[in-house]
Amino acid sequence: MSAASYTYAVARPFDPTRAAGLVGVDGATIHLVRHQDLVAVVSPLAPADADETALRARLETLAELEAIARTHHRVVAAVAACTPTLPFRLATVHRSDDRVAQLLRREYRRFRETLDRLAGSVEVGVKIYVQHAGASAGTMSVAEKPGGSGSARVGRDYLRYRREQRDRRQHAWRRATSAAEQMDAVLAGLAIDRRQHRTQSAELSAAPGENVFNAAYLVDAGRADELAARARRLGAENPHVTIEVTGPWPPYSFTGSEHGEPT
Amino acid sequence: MMEQRLWHERQGAPPNLADILERVLDKGLIIAGDIKINLLDIELLTIKLRLLVASVDKAKEMGIDWWEYDPALSHQRSRQLTTGKARLRQRVGALETATRQARR
Repeated sequence: MSAASYTYAVARPFDPTRAAGLVGVDGATIHLVRHQDLVAVVSPLAPADADETALRARLETLAELEAIARTHHRVVAAVAACTPTLPFRLATVHRSDDRVAQLLRREYRRFRETLDRLAGSVEVGVKIYVQHAGASAGTMSVAEKPGGSGSARVGRDYLRYRREQRDRRQHAWRRATSAAEQMDAVLAGLAIDRRQHRTQSAELSAAPGENVFNAAYLVDAGRADELAARARRLGAENPHVTIEVTGPWPPYSFTGSEHGEPT
Repeated sequence: MMEQRLWHERQGAPPNLADILERVLDKGLIIAGDIKINLLDIELLTIKLRLLVASVDKAKEMGIDWWEYDPALSHQRSRQLTTGKARLRQRVGALETATRQARR
């Protein structure tokens, strides 16, 4: 049984020396499958790994998932740095390069149109966080509260304290979301397109506070710095939120399949 | 030809795993390859992973290591559970047979 074909992206043809030394999943060498003026960026996947159960098991292991995801992204980013690129979702695997060529033939028009639309564009990620002042201060030491002699009283004080804490958090959250909406409007004005992502949980991350807004903006590559600088300035001007800018990324969030069915 | 270098290449700092997973798992063109992985399941898994991607070591320091015991997150554990269940099923089967024979 021969190796399967892991596909990273479809792109406009480019000087293959630019991809020389580019290494894919499991250290396999990258090659290109060509059809007219499109290329698929592919690396061979060992037959043992190329079935649903084996691949799934790997993706369910954090270390493996991280390695494959980082490799996938590294290859996509390297190709996107030299030619218009349409990134595929992780773990797009075909039985052979012939099957990949069939895909290019079958979807030629759609790939061409999407590449034309995304040519020269990158995405910039913007995440907005709210700080919850005192949220980490822990629970109130009930016993130390004055007048806390009766247990009913203690319970009442405690509930009031919890309610106030919750109200403060809600207030901070609302203030941050409304600030985020305004910032989003400004940034969307600088961008060709925008996509909102799910907010990221920061419970265990080193992220500064709670993520209230997470979006990607599609911009001309030449204007990415401008949008990023604007986002940082907006963040610096508002004392209630912290802003984090990532990218530029290949236009992952704008491949157009957000609501579409798989091909 | 796009001459702009990607920032993280320029800076040499690898992007945050949560940001990468968000893109390579949730975004990117969906092509039904020959090998079909249930991406929805993987995405559910990612939501859980997002809780811990930023710093697994930090979480472990804090004594948070539930994913090592969560069958959805730990393949090894999942296999252990599967063999455990299989053993239980065998045992129940044996007991049922024994009960039936005893009644005769």
